[in-house]
Amino acid sequence: MFGRLNLAALPLNEPLDMVASGAMILGILFVLILVSAKGWWPSLWREWLTSVDHKRIGIMYVLLAMLMLCRGFIDALMMRTQQALAIGTAHGYLPPEHYDQIFSAHGTIMIFFVAMPFVIGLMNFVVPLHLGVRDVAFPVLNAVSFWLTASGALLVNVSLVIGNFSRATWLGFPPLSELKFSPDVGMDYYLWSLQISGLGSLLAGINMVTTIIKMRAPGMGYMRMPIFCWTALSSSMLIVAAFPVLTATYAMLLLDRYVGMHFFTNDGGGNAMLYFNLIWVWGHPEVYILVLPAFGIYSEIVPTFSSKTLFGYRSMVLATLGICIISFTVWLHHFFTMGAGADVNAFFGIMSMIIAIPTGVKVFNWLFTMYRGRLRFEVPLLWALGFIVTFVIGGLTGVLLAVPPADFVLHNSVFLVAHFHNVIIGAVLFGVFAGYNYWFPKAFGFVLDRRWGIVSFWCWLLGFYLAFMPLYVLGLRGMTRRLEHIPDPRWRPLLEIAEVGALLILAGLAALITQLVVSIRSRERRRDRSGDPWQGRTLEWSTPSPPPEYNFAVLPEVESVDAFWQTKRRRAAQGEPPPHYESIEVPANSPNGFITAFFAVVTGFALIWHIAWLAILGLACALLTLLGFGWFERHGRRIPAEELERVDRAHREQAAA
Amino acid sequence: MSAGAASILGRVEPGTARGHGGGGPASTRITVAYGFWIFLLSDIIMFSTLFATYAVLKGATAGGPDGRALFELKTVGYETACLLFSSYTCGIGFLSAERHRVELFYGCFAITFLLGAAFLGFEASEFARMVAMGAGPARSAFLSAFFSLVGLHGLHVTVGLLWLVYLVAQTAAFGLKDFVCRRLHCFSLFWHALDIIWVALFTLVYLMGVQ
Repeated sequence: MFGRLNLAALPLNEPLDMVASGAMILGILFVLILVSAKGWWPSLWREWLTSVDHKRIGIMYVLLAMLMLCRGFIDALMMRTQQALAIGTAHGYLPPEHYDQIFSAHGTIMIFFVAMPFVIGLMNFVVPLHLGVRDVAFPVLNAVSFWLTASGALLVNVSLVIGNFSRATWLGFPPLSELKFSPDVGMDYYLWSLQISGLGSLLAGINMVTTIIKMRAPGMGYMRMPIFCWTALSSSMLIVAAFPVLTATYAMLLLDRYVGMHFFTNDGGGNAMLYFNLIWVWGHPEVYILVLPAFGIYSEIVPTFSSKTLFGYRSMVLATLGICIISFTVWLHHFFTMGAGADVNAFFGIMSMIIAIPTGVKVFNWLFTMYRGRLRFEVPLLWALGFIVTFVIGGLTGVLLAVPPADFVLHNSVFLVAHFHNVIIGAVLFGVFAGYNYWFPKAFGFVLDRRWGIVSFWCWLLGFYLAFMPLYVLGLRGMTRRLEHIPDPRWRPLLEIAEVGALLILAGLAALITQLVVSIRSRERRRDRSGDPWQGRTLEWSTPSPPPEYNFAVLPEVESVDAFWQTKRRRAAQGEPPPHYESIEVPANSPNGFITAFFAVVTGFALIWHIAWLAILGLACALLTLLGFGWFERHGRRIPAEELERVDRAHREQAAA
Repeated sequence: MSAGAASILGRVEPGTARGHGGGGPASTRITVAYGFWIFLLSDIIMFSTLFATYAVLKGATAGGPDGRALFELKTVGYETACLLFSSYTCGIGFLSAERHRVELFYGCFAITFLLGAAFLGFEASEFARMVAMGAGPARSAFLSAFFSLVGLHGLHVTVGLLWLVYLVAQTAAFGLKDFVCRRLHCFSLFWHALDIIWVALFTLVYLMGVQ
């Protein structure tokens, strides 16, 4: 009746798990009670859970990412603390089996449920505004994508309370991840939650590509798009090309585990190295799926806060597309030690080094944009500056790792761990934090607190260097990754410095949350009525903050890059004739995404615990939901021209004042 | 699928908006078809992953039977004929829908359904025969790859048949309205894509498998 599910699945005799589960359940209960007590359910349902507005969906993505960042960071802190304690004769506070779950969960959460939703959320919020249009191409599909991602995140968190999580690393490498060596449900939690959220990512990518190619304001030719749109396009194309590989690869591992097939097993002719190849065919483009939009964010922020147009727009576009293509020819550098032979390794080594060239072009473009600019050191620019310095170091160690002989020494050492944290924190995370500070006033109508923003920046930056520079040294000395116990006591001082760094990052995270709380409490003082708090250059700043659901009362006519900058100059010089307003239709809300995702969670949970009837029921309900909502033609809600005119005029007057 | 959901964005003069930045956002018809093309592209990449896997694992029979011992080209030939012909009737059906010739549309889609079902019947009997011989998907890595690749295609055909029934029911309920036609267009693209994948599959798996 309940498959493999029984009371033993609860972590009743594991105190750490009990505390974590208890805290999580209390947190959820607190939110539910708060929402009920304040009577927020109807408005929550109407304005958020069933919303198909790209801006609200974007905000929900970012919120999901922030919550999961806290979860993933706690895992990181636990690992660093264990490594600082379990040296020589001491054995720390985490049993190996628990430690293995933590590092697997940390990587899985940080990539799939922090970086991905943060990046996709910002793309969702910004891209239609940048393009000067009223929504993405498929608004309901957009909601479905978000809720599927949220379902995956929920399943990962359920594993904390019921059952356990994977112990087979963040990519689930076989043969360890096969049924024979990982017989419990941890691996199944991993696979099903990523299958569900991966589907969400794929649909989001399709939606974004279609939006950028087919839905742009009049006059918005390709070479007038903000660079962020170019990077969002490249990233989304990579999603479309790479995520199906991930889905197929996980499906094969699932078939091995559920019906005894032999894709990656040790027996029956299976080939575990095939999994390594396939997963990295997704995995390396994934790096660029995350980092390209971050590059795009910097390319928006640097010109804005330098009060200059971006240096080398065309070279930036070319560099972005170049990275997009080359990213598919480097995957083998993740396992040079597999022994593919000198010629194969040389090819992938050279391709990996070549990718540094377009990346270097970008770095110089940002520097030249700032050169002789009038810099305003607001929080977003600080993140961008911290990024440039940090990312160059991470890029250089990356080129070092791309040399196959060097890689044979450094493979799977903490040098590698330091390298990829250097680029993922230094580029992706700094980028989304920069974007979060930059676009927050657009999303909510008030500016985030500057002082706490600066505190969080310095804590993260210094914390990052303290936490990861020691790992480069330790890696060179031969320390391998994923160690739950450190045999060599000479490594102690550096591990303790790394621990201090992790604590400093904790302070940075706390400052980030404080910044949000302080800003919300003093929001009336920080209202931005102009809609353009940073003297922006792109179209999102021409709308009121927060923008109305239809974004633009009249679709803008675009004549150049930095479209809004041009408009402002023209307005100042010659004024502007009043626009002609026409009534528009906006897409109506739909609970489709939320309900489908609910059944996706049920199905995933049932599959994890081998409850066949529930899995069939859940899948059938999810399909019926999609088919049911698709049955009738959808009609939008009409907004009359008078209302558009009233809102738009009010905004124009405030912006002028 | 909700890809068909209308998104009414901006005013579009017919003929001016092609989404190239000249005339503003493209029409829903163009956007939906384009989005579906992108989806098909991702689907083909998923298939190519399984093709690559099949190519790697083809020789890994673990002492079990290989393609030469298992495949019966004659049956697969009938199967292929069914699918290829169904693509033809599907195309005619969609074109008649666009010209609002409802009877012809129903007729063609009925034949498409029957041919698709026949294809699945052949495939199921082939699978059953192999499993009965002790050559099921758990026998060897080669057979895991074979059953997954061919099975994934079969799964797509099954989903296609259900979608076909759904669309015919929608046509019966609403007539050939624009939103129904947009979906029929997507379905038609989907069905042809399955055909193309089958051609590759027939060649790489069956024809090259019996050599």
